[in-house]
Amino acid sequence: MTTVRTAAIVLRHLYLVSGSPARMLPLFAWVAIDMVLWGFITKYLNAVSAAGFDFVPVFLGAVLLWDFFTRVMHGVTMAFMEDVWSRNFLNIFATPLSISEYVGGLVLSSIATSSVGLVVMLFLASSIFGLSFFAYGIALIPFLLVLFLFGIALGILGAAIVLRFGPASEWFIWPVPALVSPFAGVFYPISTLPRWMQHICWALPPSYIFENVRAIVAGGTASVSELMVGAGLAVIDVILVCWVFVRVYRHSVRTGLIARYSAESVS
Amino acid sequence: MTNVLAVESLSKQYGPTTAVDGISFQVARNEIVGLVGPNGAGKTTTINIILGVLEPTGGSIRIEGIDVATERSRALECTNFAAVYAPLPGNLTVYQNLRIFGMIYAVKRLSDRIERLLRDFDLERFRDVKAGVLSSGEQTRLCLAKAMLNEPHLLLLDEPTASLDPATAQDMRAKIRALADERRCGVLWTSHNMYEVEDVCDRVLLLSRGKILLEGDPKTLPRAHGKDTLEELFIAVARE
Repeated sequence: MTTVRTAAIVLRHLYLVSGSPARMLPLFAWVAIDMVLWGFITKYLNAVSAAGFDFVPVFLGAVLLWDFFTRVMHGVTMAFMEDVWSRNFLNIFATPLSISEYVGGLVLSSIATSSVGLVVMLFLASSIFGLSFFAYGIALIPFLLVLFLFGIALGILGAAIVLRFGPASEWFIWPVPALVSPFAGVFYPISTLPRWMQHICWALPPSYIFENVRAIVAGGTASVSELMVGAGLAVIDVILVCWVFVRVYRHSVRTGLIARYSAESVS
Repeated sequence: MTNVLAVESLSKQYGPTTAVDGISFQVARNEIVGLVGPNGAGKTTTINIILGVLEPTGGSIRIEGIDVATERSRALECTNFAAVYAPLPGNLTVYQNLRIFGMIYAVKRLSDRIERLLRDFDLERFRDVKAGVLSSGEQTRLCLAKAMLNEPHLLLLDEPTASLDPATAQDMRAKIRALADERRCGVLWTSHNMYEVEDVCDRVLLLSRGKILLEGDPKTLPRAHGKDTLEELFIAVARE
């Protein structure tokens, strides 16, 4: 693995983002709008609910963490889609670049872009709505880490789906976070859900995070064992989707999909 | 002359369709080999297999003695290509494209190399222009500049002058000829322009329905088969 090749993929993405307001704005605009919207919703709920319960760390904190996960996933997918949109597969894959260098570049690009969103969200949530992440204590680190890993996993899975089924399948990818959110218990305890949904919840790493966010806000402590299960699942997911991506790539090389993607396009 | 590319019994099957049918050929250093044939003959399929973006059904490819199937990255480090159907990303500038691909090919002293290529391919004034707004001829020059970034030992060109005006095409042919002569580079060149093939290629392979039907010096091959020109020979083969 050559770091300079991975750096090339990151640099490509930085060139694209820095040279295009249409790419720059979504890095922070949508998450900023989410923070403002949910910030005022939580303030309103605080005003009308029984005294003593603070909705800010429950809802606004959850939205912030969920948006972070979404930005990470979309960060990977966006970096990949740039090659789809510019019909660059043949140029990219007919080079010495290995799949691990390429995927590594997508992940690093996502870290760079999602960090911008995270900083903006933290600034708005703390300065305007008084959300303090110190309230989560040291558990904030595994919270962010697990959501980051799961975002990477879904981002790579999204890239594999688009590579396998063609550019039009990108429309399967963007709504994935919305599809996952009812099962992740972002806004409500998992116990609220019917039994069959709970089975799915416990297979998703974010469920363990949001259960523990609520536990801390309720005055309890984070469960180390639950966070370890969440982290373990996230690591397994990353390994699994990397395997899937390599399988899809090999299938594309065997069938000529990579070459046709650029030369003729696949509808 | 030692071979930079050795293709052995190469075949590619798409279901019942045979795109490439057990072809074998070599490209030596300093040699430009023309790969010509009618549409669908298997030229682009052959190039895609050599580039490692298409898996062959059978056979082997060695670039500088390195097996593409088992050491793809190492084999492609000394290879590059330009194809009329693979323009560089239009949303990046000329300079950005060259920098990114230069990094991917791990080119040493990259900045100097880019400046040299911008000069050689008359792209200096387009340095900060997005590739997508260049004319097709300028985009082709950019693709050729990209193909020269790593001073390849094997250069694959799929109709490289298709969108160039005659004067620029002649300049490009001269540059590629010079590269082959001075840098000990082997070139595999597909074209539908038989005059170009006759002018620039040392050897020509005439491909039809996935097989090499004829092979030889493009200047003497037509006479050997009772034709006056390579174009006449091509048409006769294509209509068989």
